[in-house]
Amino acid sequence: MNRFIGFIKKEFYHILRDRRSLFILFGMPIVQVMLFGFAITNEINNVDIAILDHSKDVNTKEIINKIATSKYFSIKGFISHEDEIESTFKKGKIKAVLNFEKDFGKNLVTQKKATVQILTDATDPNTANTISNYVGSILQNYQQELNKGLNMPYQIVPKTRMVFNPELKSVYMFVPGVMTIILMLVSAMMTSISITKEKELGTMEILLVSPLNPIQVIVGKVVPYILLSIINAAVIILLSIFVFKMPVQGSLFLLGAESTLFIVNALSLGILISTISSTQQTAMMISLMGLMLPVILLSGFIFPISSMPLPLQLISNIIPAKWFIMILKGIMLKGVGLAYVWKETLILIGMTIFFIALSVKKYKIRLE
Amino acid sequence: MSIILNNISKSYNKVKALDDISFEVKPGELFGLIGPDGAGKTTLFRILTTLLIQDGGKASVAGYDVQKQYKDIRNHVGYMPGRFSLYQDLTVEENLNFFATIFGTTIEENYDLIKDIYIQIEPFKARRAGKLSGGMKQKLALCCALIHKPKVLFLDEPTTGVDPVSRKEFWEMLKRLQQKDITILVSTPYMDEAELCDRIALITNGKILQINTPEAIIASFPKKIYKVRSSNTYQLIEDLRIYPDTHSAYPFGEYLHFTPKSEVFRSMDLTKYLEERHHKEIEVKETVATIEDTFMDLSKAHE
Repeated sequence: MNRFIGFIKKEFYHILRDRRSLFILFGMPIVQVMLFGFAITNEINNVDIAILDHSKDVNTKEIINKIATSKYFSIKGFISHEDEIESTFKKGKIKAVLNFEKDFGKNLVTQKKATVQILTDATDPNTANTISNYVGSILQNYQQELNKGLNMPYQIVPKTRMVFNPELKSVYMFVPGVMTIILMLVSAMMTSISITKEKELGTMEILLVSPLNPIQVIVGKVVPYILLSIINAAVIILLSIFVFKMPVQGSLFLLGAESTLFIVNALSLGILISTISSTQQTAMMISLMGLMLPVILLSGFIFPISSMPLPLQLISNIIPAKWFIMILKGIMLKGVGLAYVWKETLILIGMTIFFIALSVKKYKIRLE
Repeated sequence: MSIILNNISKSYNKVKALDDISFEVKPGELFGLIGPDGAGKTTLFRILTTLLIQDGGKASVAGYDVQKQYKDIRNHVGYMPGRFSLYQDLTVEENLNFFATIFGTTIEENYDLIKDIYIQIEPFKARRAGKLSGGMKQKLALCCALIHKPKVLFLDEPTTGVDPVSRKEFWEMLKRLQQKDITILVSTPYMDEAELCDRIALITNGKILQINTPEAIIASFPKKIYKVRSSNTYQLIEDLRIYPDTHSAYPFGEYLHFTPKSEVFRSMDLTKYLEERHHKEIEVKETVATIEDTFMDLSKAHE
C-alpha cells in the first residue's frame, strides 16, 4: 500500500509541476465552457432586419412595432423599392427583409387577406430558418389579436410548449456536450500522455525492473487524474448553474456518480491508447483524432443521432460520450433518477470494464 | 553463481544482437562487459534484467531464471540503464524517496549502503534531478538503484558522458560497494576502466572474444607492441599502413601503437624507414600492451 501511495504522490508532483498540463487540466475546461456558453449559440438575438412597406397603413405600423419591440429583432432601416433588397443583403448586416404588399391594410379589411413577404439571407440556413419562424409567429400572434371577439367558423390554434427548456436556451444543450468533451479529452489524453512519457524518458524501464505490478502502475497513474477530473466536472457544473443559470433538476449525487463513472471510462480509454503508442506525440494524436471527432460529431452533441444515416447511427452506439450525454440531459434537464438511466449507466460500466480488461491484457510487462 | 548465461542468443529481425553468449559471474565479483557501441551490451543487460526475452539459451540471476522467475529477479536487482532514467521534474530527495518506497523500503533503512555516494549529492537534495550535472545524475541514479540493497547490480555504461574526475570517483564507489557483498555487472566502452574490474568479457558484434582477469588478458597479448611518434601524426599513420612489416597501427593517445608482422622486427629499421619519408622527432619504443590493444587485436582476428 505504501508503494502505491508513493506512486500517487509522484504523479501529483508531475502534474503540479508542469504548468502546461495544469493549464490543459484546469484552464481549458473553463475557457471552453465560456466559449460554448456565450459565443457559440443557436439562439437569435437582435437580428438586424429591414422593412419594405408599400402600404404604410395602421396595420403594417402595428406589425412593425411588434417586431421592433421583440428582443429578437432590431429594425435597421426602411427601404422603398424592391431593387434595393439585393444590395441590402449584399452589405451583409441585414439578415431579413419584410416586404408588405401594396394596400396591405385595405386588403386585410376588404378581402380578409393580405400578404407580406419574408426574405431571409440563407447563407446561414439555420439562422434563416429560425428568423422566418420567429417572424411567422409574431404575425400569427397579431392575426389572433385582430380576430379576438370575432367568431371564426373553424380554427386550429397550435399551442406549443417547449418542455424541459421552455426558453430554448442553447446553453442547456451545450453544457452536457462540452462537459462530455472536456472530461473525455482531459482524462484520456492526460493519462495516455503521462504513461507514454514514462516510456519515452526511459523511466518505464526502471519501473518494470521493480516489484510494482502492472495493476499498481496503471491504477497509480489513474487515481490522480480521477481526482482532478472530478474537480473539473464540479467546476463545469458550478459554472453552468451559476453563470448560465442552468437548472439541475435531478439529484446532484447521481450526477456526480455518473460523471465519475464516465471519467473512469475515459481514463481507461486513455490507458488503452498508451498501451498501443510509444511516444507522447502519437498518444496525443490518437486521443485528439480518435476521441475528439467522434465525441463531437457522433455523440448527438451537435448533430441529432436520429437524423444520421443508419451506419453512423450504429457506430454512435459504441461511443461512450453518446450514453453519457443522454444521462446528463436526463438528470440535469428532466430530473430523472437512476430508474430512467440505468440502461445507459450499465452500458458505460460495461464499456469501462472492457477497456480496463483490454489494457491490463495489453500492458507490456517487458520492453517489447 | 550470481549470474549464469548459457548460450544466450537474441536477434532483432535478421540482425544478430547476441550470438551464443555464455559466462558466469561469481558472487561479489565486479565483472566488466567491454565493447564498442552496438556490441550487444545493452541487449544483454535487458535480458538479464527481464526486460527482454532471449531467443535461445538460458540465463539466471541470483538463482532465478530470467524468463520464468522474472518477478523474483525484479525484487532483487538494481538496474541503472544507459540513458539517465530518473524523474527530471522531481528533486534529488524525491527521486530517492520514490524508489525506496516502490521497493518497499526507506532511505534510512539502507542509508549505510548509499551514504558515501549520497553525501556528495546531499547539498543539492532540493534540486530537480534534471538540473544536475552529468556526474551528479549518475551518482543519484546509482543511489536509486542501490536503495533497496540489491543482490546484483546492473550498470549499463554508467560513465558515458561523465567527466574524467567523476568517472574515477564512480569507480572508487563501485569498488567499495563490492565490499558489501553486491555482485556488479558493469558495461563500458572505455578500455581504461576495464582494468578496474575483477574480470572482464570483451564483446563485439554480439560475440564474446575473451573472458579473463584484465591482467591475464593483457598478458595474453601475443606480439611485441611499440609506441611510435613523429611531428606529423597524420602522415605517420599513412606511412605505417603501407610499411611492409606492419601488422597493425592505430592511434593511441598522443602515440600510435604499432605491432610488426615479423618476429625479427627491429625498431631501428622502422626509424630509418620513417626518416626516409621525411619524418622528424621520431620516437619508436617498445611498450606494454593494454586492454585496448588486446581488444583491437582480437577483433581484427575475429573479422
